[in-house]
Amino acid sequence: MIKEKGTYRPKTRCSRFLNHRLPFPRLIHDSIIKYYVPKNLNYFYTFGCILILMLTSQILTGIVMAMHYVPDVGSAFESREHFMRSGRYGWLFGPWHAVGSSFFFIAVYIHLARSLYYGSHKSPREIVWILGVFIYLTMMATAFIGHVLAWSMISAAEVSIAAGLFRAMPLVGSWLYETLLGGYSIGQPTLNRFYVVHSLLPFVLVFLIVLHIWAVHMVGQNNPTGLDVQSERETIPFVPYAAIKYVFTISIFLIFFAWFLFYMPDYMSHADHHIQADIFRTPQHVVPEWYFLPFYTMLRAITFDVGPLESTLFGVMVLTGSLLILLFVPWLDRSQVRSARFRPLYRICYWLFIVDVIFLGWLGSQSVNDVDVIWSQIGTAFYFIFFLIIMPYLPRFEKNWLPASIEEVIHQKK
Amino acid sequence: MHMLSPLQTFTIEGLYSLFRGDREVNWKDEDSIQDQFLSSVDGQAMSKQTRRDFLFLATGVASAVGVSGLVWPFIDQLRPDDDERAVESTITVDISSIEKGMTFTVKWRGKPVMIRNQTTEEIEESRATPLKALKDHYARNANLPADTPATSLARSAGKGRENWIILINICTHLGCIPHVCAGSYNGWFCSCHGSSYDTVGRIRSGPASRNMAIPPYQFISEKVISIR
Ligand code: HEM
Ligand code: FES
Repeated sequence: MIKEKGTYRPKTRCSRFLNHRLPFPRLIHDSIIKYYVPKNLNYFYTFGCILILMLTSQILTGIVMAMHYVPDVGSAFESREHFMRSGRYGWLFGPWHAVGSSFFFIAVYIHLARSLYYGSHKSPREIVWILGVFIYLTMMATAFIGHVLAWSMISAAEVSIAAGLFRAMPLVGSWLYETLLGGYSIGQPTLNRFYVVHSLLPFVLVFLIVLHIWAVHMVGQNNPTGLDVQSERETIPFVPYAAIKYVFTISIFLIFFAWFLFYMPDYMSHADHHIQADIFRTPQHVVPEWYFLPFYTMLRAITFDVGPLESTLFGVMVLTGSLLILLFVPWLDRSQVRSARFRPLYRICYWLFIVDVIFLGWLGSQSVNDVDVIWSQIGTAFYFIFFLIIMPYLPRFEKNWLPASIEEVIHQKK
Repeated sequence: MHMLSPLQTFTIEGLYSLFRGDREVNWKDEDSIQDQFLSSVDGQAMSKQTRRDFLFLATGVASAVGVSGLVWPFIDQLRPDDDERAVESTITVDISSIEKGMTFTVKWRGKPVMIRNQTTEEIEESRATPLKALKDHYARNANLPADTPATSLARSAGKGRENWIILINICTHLGCIPHVCAGSYNGWFCSCHGSSYDTVGRIRSGPASRNMAIPPYQFISEKVISIR
C-alpha cells in the first residue's frame, strides 16, 4: 500500500474509516485545502473558480428548464414561454439560465485572455491550454444548441446557418447536412437530437474540466510574473490565503450577475427570440449571441473568392481556422519569456489583439448595410496576423529583462 | 517521493496519487515486472517473435474491425428516414392569380420555392446588367444545361415568359431565407450575412458565391406549372 504522506490526518472515526477505503477527504485536503499556489496570484486568477461556479449554476438551472420543456416542434416554443411567464419561479429560472450562459462566457473570455497575457499556454502548461480550448469549443456548441431549443425565429436562422456551415464542405457536405439534421431540412428529428445533445454536453464539460484541473495540479499554477516557483517561501496554501481573494471576486461577479438577472434579464437577448420559429422565414435582423459576434463578423467579411475557392467555402474555412488556431498557440508563441509583463513589445500587440477582437464583435452587432465590409476584412486579417506572424516572429526582435525570482519582484515592489 | 510502477497507477491509490501530482512513475520497474511475469509464465526465456505475439495482433485486428462495424449503425441511425424522401416530390401550382409585382411561395420537398411575376422595369434592369458584373456566371437553372451563362433570359421561364422568375428561395451562402424586394439590387437580400441578389436572383454582393437555384419545372398550361 502507498505510504501516507501530506499533512492530512483523519480526525474522526468516520474519516479514518474512509481514509483506508476511499480517501476522498484526503484528496480534497491535498488538492484544495493544503494546495500550494504562488503567493503573488492576482484577481485574474480567480476566474477558474468562477467558471466552476457558473457551470454548476448552468447545470442546476438547466435541469429545471428541462423539466418544463417539450422537445416537439409544435410545442417547444410555447412550453418555454409558458414556463417563463406563468410557471412557478419560471421568471427566475428562465432568465437565470439565459443570463447565466452570458456570464459564463464573460468569465471564460477573461480567463482565456489572462492565460494569453501571462503566457500560461507555454511549456509546461500546453495540455492545460489545449484542454481549455476543447472546453471553450464544447461551451460554444452547448450554448449554440441551447439557443436553438427555444425554437424562436432566431433559433431557426441559427440552425440553418450552422447546418449550412457543414453543407458548404466539399464532397461530404450534403451527406453531413442530412446526417446532422436527421432530415432533408430542419424538423422534428433535428430538435429532438439537439435536446439530447444539449443535455449531454454539460457533463462532457465536467469531464474535460476535471482533466483540465488535474493538468493544472500536475504542473502547478503559473503566476503574473511567469517565473517558476523556486522555493516553498514563494507559495501559500490555497485555504485560507488564496481562497479569501476568490470569495471577494466571486461576490463582485455575483453582484453584476444579479443586477442583470433581476433588472435587465433580456438585455442580451433579442425581440425576435420571443417569436415562434418559422423555417420559411428569416428575421429582418439576424444577430447571434454576443459571444459569437467576432466569429460572425469573420464569416461576413469573406465576400470574395480566392482562386478556385468560392467565398462560401473560404468563409467557412476562416471561421473554423479562427477557432482551431487556438490549439496551436503553445507552439506558435516562440518566446522563452512567459509573462507579457516582461515583454513590452508583445504587450502592445496583445492589447491591439484584444481591441481587434472587441472591434470585430462590435462590427458584428451592426447591420451589414451600416458598416463597410472592408473594416471586417481588416479586423479578420489582424486576428490571423497576431497568431501567425506576431506570435512566432516577434520574439526575434525582443530584448527582455527578467528578474531572478518571484521573491525579487515582490521585494522590488515594496 | 514514493515511486509508482505504471501498473500500480491503475489502482485507485495509484490514480489518486497521480491526481495529487506525484509524477514519479518508475518505468524501469515496469520492464522488470513484465520480465518476471513472462519468464514465470513461460519456462524458456521469451524469444521475441512468438505465436503469442501473432495471436495478440490477430485478436487486436479482429476487434478493431468488429468495433468499427458497430460504429456504422450508430452513425446511420442519424440519417433521414426513407419515407421522408417520398414526401410530395411533385407539386402543381396555379399561377393565374399572381399579378405583376407579386410573389407567391410554395413548399416543395421541404424547401420554399418563390414564384415571382416581374414588373417590366425589373426585367429591363436585369437585362441591362452586363454579364461581366456578375459574381457567378452560370445560370444554375435545372431546366437548362449546366454551363448556360446567367443571362436574364436563362434565369427566367424562357422566351415569352421573361416575367416569371421561379427559384428556390434559399441563400446559397449558408441557407437562410432571403427577403424579396430588398437589398442593393432590388432583388433579394439575406439578412444573415448580407448577401444581395438582383431581380432575377443572381448573387451580386456579400459572402454567398452562387446564384439562387432554379428548380426543375414545366408550364403545363399558361396558368399552371408543375415542379418536380
Ligand atoms: C468552463 C471552463 C473552464 C473552467 C471551469 C476552468 C477552470 C480552471 C481552473 C480552476 C484553473 C486554475 C485556477 C486559475 O488559474 O484560474 C484553470 C487554469 C487554467 N486554464 Fe482554465 N478553465 C476553463 C476554461 C479554460 C479555457 C477556455 C482556457 C483556454 C483556452 C483555459 C486555460 C487555462 C490555463 C492556461 C490555465 C493555467 C493558468 C495558470 O496556471 O496561469 N481554461 N482553469
Ligand atoms: S446565409 Fe445568406 S448571407 Fe449567409
